[in-house]
Amino acid sequence: MIVDTGPVRNAPSLWRVRLGLAGRSLKQNWSLFLRTRIGILGLVIICFYMLLALAHPILMNTVWDERIYDPVIGFAFDETQQPAPPSLAHPLGTDPLGRDILSQLMFSARSEFLLGLLAAVVTVCIGTMVGATAAYFGGLIDMLLMRLADIMIMMPGISILIVLSALIEVGHLELALLIGILSGFGGTGVVLKSQALSVVVKPYIEAARTSGGGTLHIILVHVVPNLLPLSFLYMMFTVTSAIFSEAVLSFLGLLDVRMSWGLMIHTTESAGYLLQVGEYWWLIFPASLSITLLCSSFYLLGRSLDEVVNPRLRRT
Amino acid sequence: MAAYIVKRVLQIVLTLFVFLTIVFFLVNAQPGDISRLYSLDPNLPPETRAQMQELFGVNEPLWKQYLVHLKNTLTGDLGVSFSLYPRTVADVIKERLPRTLVLFLTATVVSFYLGFGLGKIIAWRRGGWVEYTSTLGGVTLYTVFTPWFGLMMIWLFAFKAGWFPIGKFLDPVVWQDAPSDANTVFNLMLATAVVLSVITFTVFLVTSKKRLGMARALQAGIIAVSVLIVAGVWLSSGVGYLAWDIVKHMVLPIATLTLISFAGTMLLTRNSMLEVIREDYVLAARAKGLPEKAVRDRHVARNALLPVVTSFVFSLAFAIDGGVIIESIFSWPGMGQTLVAATVSEDLPLAVGTFVFVGLFVLLAHLAADILYAYLDPRVRY
Repeated sequence: MIVDTGPVRNAPSLWRVRLGLAGRSLKQNWSLFLRTRIGILGLVIICFYMLLALAHPILMNTVWDERIYDPVIGFAFDETQQPAPPSLAHPLGTDPLGRDILSQLMFSARSEFLLGLLAAVVTVCIGTMVGATAAYFGGLIDMLLMRLADIMIMMPGISILIVLSALIEVGHLELALLIGILSGFGGTGVVLKSQALSVVVKPYIEAARTSGGGTLHIILVHVVPNLLPLSFLYMMFTVTSAIFSEAVLSFLGLLDVRMSWGLMIHTTESAGYLLQVGEYWWLIFPASLSITLLCSSFYLLGRSLDEVVNPRLRRT
Repeated sequence: MAAYIVKRVLQIVLTLFVFLTIVFFLVNAQPGDISRLYSLDPNLPPETRAQMQELFGVNEPLWKQYLVHLKNTLTGDLGVSFSLYPRTVADVIKERLPRTLVLFLTATVVSFYLGFGLGKIIAWRRGGWVEYTSTLGGVTLYTVFTPWFGLMMIWLFAFKAGWFPIGKFLDPVVWQDAPSDANTVFNLMLATAVVLSVITFTVFLVTSKKRLGMARALQAGIIAVSVLIVAGVWLSSGVGYLAWDIVKHMVLPIATLTLISFAGTMLLTRNSMLEVIREDYVLAARAKGLPEKAVRDRHVARNALLPVVTSFVFSLAFAIDGGVIIESIFSWPGMGQTLVAATVSEDLPLAVGTFVFVGLFVLLAHLAADILYAYLDPRVRY
C-alpha cells in the first residue's frame, strides 16, 4: 500500500510545532513574569517552604529520633523544662507539651501544601466547568448557575466553615472540598464564565459545531483549554484562602487535624503563653509568620501572573 | 431606578429564602435531633424523651418542621440559647448586632477611603520604590494571619504601651455607678455615627461638582464643624465619659480591621487606575493643561471607582469574616464573637441564629452596594 507521506515527512510534525509554539510563549511569559519582581519573591518563599516540607521525612528517617522529634507525640527528654528556648538540638525550641517546634513547622508545611493544592484543583475543576457550561448554553442554565454564584459570593466563608464545624467533623480533606465548592461555584466560576463568554463567540467554536462536534466535546476540547491560564491564576488565590481558612479554624480549635500551623498557635493560646510575646517568641512567631508568608507569597504569585495574563496591566 | 431597586429587593428576598432553606437542611442533615443532646443523661426515661421530642416538634414530618422553621425565623423567634440559658437567641442578637454594625461599618468606610486614596497615588507613580513597598505591604496586610496580627496590635499598643485597654467592650470600674446602661449609651453613639456619616456623604455629594480646591475646603470645613457640634453635645450630656470609655475600647479593633481590609481596595484601585489612564480622554485632559491632581482625581479616579465599588460588594464577605476573627481576638461582644463562642460551646440555636443574621446582614449590605453602584454608573440599568 502506497501512502503519500511526502510533505508530512519534510515538514516538522504537528506536535513538534505545537511544542515549539508552547515553548516560545512560555519563554515570553517567563520574561514578563521576571519583570514583575514581586512574583519572584513569592516563588522563592514557596520554594523555601516546599524544601522544608520535603526535608521533614528525610530528617525523621536519618538524624532525628522519632521519640523526641515526632511532631504530634514526641517529647524532648533532653530539655529540663518545657517550653524550652531555642538550642542547638531544637533550633526553634519546644512547645508547652515538649514537642519540637521546627519539626511541627516542617511537618505542617506538607499538609498545608496538600490542602492548598487540593482546594485549588477542586475549585478550578468546578469553576471551569461552571464557567464553560454557563457561557456555552446561556439562558436558564446560565441564570441558575449565576444566581447560585451570587449566593456563594455573598456568604462569608469563614463564618460558614465555623458553623459547619459545629455540625460535622471537618478535617483537611473536608475543608479542601468545602473551600473548593464555595469558591468554584462562587467567585471563580463567575470570573471564568466572563472569560468563557469571549471564547464561545470565536469562529472556531462555530466551525467545531458545524463539523458535528458534540456539546461535551466542544466544551472540553475547545472552551476549557482557553480558560486554563486564567484558572491557573485563580488557583493561586484559592491556595491563599485555603491556607488562611485552615489556620483560622484550627486556631479556634474547630478543626479535626493532628498538626497544623494554626493548631500550634492554638496550643500556645490554651497553655496561656499568648500575650508573652517577648519571652516566648518561638511559640508564636514561627507558625504565625509561616502562615502569613505562605499566604502572601501565593497571593503575590497570583498577582504577578495576573500581570502576565492580563495585557492591559502590562507596562508600555 | 425605582424599578431596579424593586427588582433587586425581590431577588434578595428570594436569596434569603434559599439561604434559610440551606441553613435548615444543614442543621437537619446531622444524625439524630435536639433531644440527643440529653441522651448522655441516664436518668432520662423514654417517656420524657418522647415528650421532649414532641415539645421541640422534631417528631413531625420534615416539611412541616421546615415550614415552622421558616415561620419562626421570619417572625424573629430563633429559639433559646443553651449556653446563656434563660435568654432567647433574638434577645442576645438584639444586644450584639449594633456592636458589630459599628465595628464593621466604621472599619469598612475608613478602609475604603484609605485604600482608594492610596491606590490612586501608587498607580500615579508606577514603577518606583513606592509601588513595590506599598504592593508588598498591602499584600502582606491583606493576607496576614489575622489572629496573630490582632494579637500583635494588642501586645504592642495595649500590653506594652498601655494606650488602649486589652480587649472587651467596656471597663466595669468606670461603669460602676453609671447613670444609664451600656446598651442605651451605645445605641445613642450609633445614632450619632449615622447622623455624622449622612452629613459627610451629603457634603461630598454636593461639593463634587465644585472646583477641586474649593471642594476640599468645603468638605473639611463642614465635617469639622459637625464633628465639633456632636462632641459638644456629648460632653454636655453627662454620659460623655461613658461613651469615651467605649470609644477607647473600640479604637484598636477598628484599626486592626481597617488595616487588614484597606489593602484589597488599594490594590484594586491601582489596577483599575492603570486601565483608565490609557483612555483618550485622560490624554485630552492633560492636553487641556489641567493640573495633574485634577486629572488624577476628577478624570481617572472617578472612572476607576466603578470596578472598585463592584468588588466592594465582593469584599463585604471578606470584611465580615475579618470581623468575626477580630471580634474573637479582642473579646468584642459582637455577632462574630457570639458565633465563635456558640460554636465552640456547641450552642446550636445561638450559632444558627447568629449565622442567619450574619447572612441577612450580608444580603442587606449587598443590596445597599448594588443601589450605590446603579447610582454611580448611569450605564447600569438592567
